[in-house]
Amino acid sequence: MAKKLMKGCEAIAEAAIQAGCRYFFGYPITPQNDIPEYMSLRLPQVGGCFLQAESEVAAINMVYGAGGAGARVMTSSSSPGISLKQEGISTIAGAEVPCVIVNMMRGGPGLGNIQASQGDYFQAVKGGGHGDYRCVVYAPSSIQETVDLMPKAFDTADNYRIPVIILADGLIGQMMEPVELHMNPNPVLPEKPWAAQGWDPKGTRPRAVINSLYIETEDLDGLMTRLNARYDVIREKEVMVEKYHTEGAEYILCAYGTVARVCKAAVRILEENGVKAGLVRPITLWPFPTKEVHEVFAQESVKGGLTVEISNGQMVEDIRLAVNGIKPVEYMGKGGSVIPSAEDIAERIMQMRRA
Amino acid sequence: MATVFKKTPVLTDVPFHYCPGCGHGIVHRLVAEVIEELGIQEKCAGVAPVGCAVFLYNYMNIDMYEAAHGRAPAVATGFKRVHPDKYIFTYQGDGDLASIGTAEIVHAAHRGEKITTIFINNAIYGMTGGQMAPTTLVGQKTTTSPLGRDPEHCGKPIRIAEMLSTIEGSAFIARCALNSTPNIIKTKQAIKKAFQAQIDRKGFSMVEILSPCPTNWGKAPGEAMQWLEDNMIPYYPLGTFKEV
Ligand SMILES: Cc1ncc(C[n+]2csc(CCOP(=O)(O)OP(=O)(O)O)c2C)c(N)n1
Ligand code: SF4
Ligand SMILES: [Mg+2]
Repeated sequence: MAKKLMKGCEAIAEAAIQAGCRYFFGYPITPQNDIPEYMSLRLPQVGGCFLQAESEVAAINMVYGAGGAGARVMTSSSSPGISLKQEGISTIAGAEVPCVIVNMMRGGPGLGNIQASQGDYFQAVKGGGHGDYRCVVYAPSSIQETVDLMPKAFDTADNYRIPVIILADGLIGQMMEPVELHMNPNPVLPEKPWAAQGWDPKGTRPRAVINSLYIETEDLDGLMTRLNARYDVIREKEVMVEKYHTEGAEYILCAYGTVARVCKAAVRILEENGVKAGLVRPITLWPFPTKEVHEVFAQESVKGGLTVEISNGQMVEDIRLAVNGIKPVEYMGKGGSVIPSAEDIAERIMQMRRA
Repeated sequence: MATVFKKTPVLTDVPFHYCPGCGHGIVHRLVAEVIEELGIQEKCAGVAPVGCAVFLYNYMNIDMYEAAHGRAPAVATGFKRVHPDKYIFTYQGDGDLASIGTAEIVHAAHRGEKITTIFINNAIYGMTGGQMAPTTLVGQKTTTSPLGRDPEHCGKPIRIAEMLSTIEGSAFIARCALNSTPNIIKTKQAIKKAFQAQIDRKGFSMVEILSPCPTNWGKAPGEAMQWLEDNMIPYYPLGTFKEV
């Protein structure tokens, strides 16, 4: 299919439909309203269902109900709404129900602002809701990449029976870019014999109980063992990372999402000034590309790194854990939706070089 | 020998964990019998609450969900939208439905969601040890209203059946009680009508059931039934509030 100029939110919504998503439950919040708006028109056309819930709390519980019933289901929101969904996300993780959650991050804490931000990294990657659980977190840096990741997001959710988060910033949702959608009018979806769908007492399928309550210690321990084994496989198989000009580089920039694009421009500026710089861009924030980041920094040529974020410094903690002290890692960025320019980033590397 | 009574196959063989004289077990049986009599066992799922009835999913021989506290109507909505040709009910206590889950229940009714809710009003938080519920009667002593509920301080008990019957999307709303055999029979009839409203795709249906909690009321089972009759029924009138 030829490329089409599309707004990020609409492209994501259409990509989800092409990935077989037929159910969407959400509540309006800027800057992601184009997703529910698009879904409200499109889903009925493909035999699906869009429902505007009374709150994000209700929306995520509808997602739990629909995912538990075997459907490919999605919700989207932005930071304050994602906070409200945390009880449900924890429930969904504990009940091993697949679903996809899009967070078009805006500035926080509290009501913050409605500009792009990366302030929800901790919430998405380190938990968010209560209890011991993980979500797979994808952090696309362009509309095309988001569209490409949607089928993968739904497949990953189904394969591992895990909630998957698309962690994007408001810029991805609001900008327009040429994209190529992968049209798939009749997606083949996996069987889900574990789902609630009406039980035949004479059949072979066991009765479905979609549940996150394990009142006996041994039983909860059993869930934890099962989840941990699954998380290990995900860490092994699902890491995605982009390495840009990292080979033989002197300085390594680390960034995800739209800021990573600014960092690429900074790499080019530095190269024009005779400085070998590169960028490591985690595409999965969980599982985190710990090994890959470490390998880049372990190169003899590397003198140090700089993590750039639209936050007060969150991913930098995971970068430092990955680098494990073998090279210095500095942080650059601001909360409050201030995006550093490529020139500022390049200048900061020059300063590190002079120091 | 002729069989005069048989346990419904819609209940599993797992023994109930309820206190002696508790109403939950009676209502479980009524719901299961209605599902059997309507012939919908294979097409029906249920959502258990957070509350004393949390293990409902162990007792009902159908596909089940366990929802977070108060969220059952939203979970049921998700199921129903995926399987519009199947049936689903939520089973909720008064803390679950009338306090933490008021938004979910009001909007399920408001949407005319084709689900059925079984609402156990025992005027108390049973599971957590007898705290005050929105349905706790004026003057009733609980662990968080040790001197009796003071309406000046925390309002008067909420009447859910009356409130939901004012909502356009509700199709069948009734209040019943477990205090006598005739009233238990009426409760079962109401539950059947509520499921029938769902089967006929008429809209949201709910049966509120006044039910004893002897343990947290500090009464023997017999006394608890009497207290329900003398105190709850006068404040919470029985009957059908809406039938379309
Ligand atoms: C979010 C959340 N808040 C509080 C609780 C604690 N909690 C468990 S059951 C319950 C109240 C149960 O009362 P009710 O719904 O009336 O059911 P009953 O036990 O009386 O049948 C509460 C507050 C919880 N599990 N989750
Ligand atoms: S505490 Fe009350 S509601 Fe809970 S099982 Fe005992 S009698 Fe029933
Ligand atoms: Mg109660």
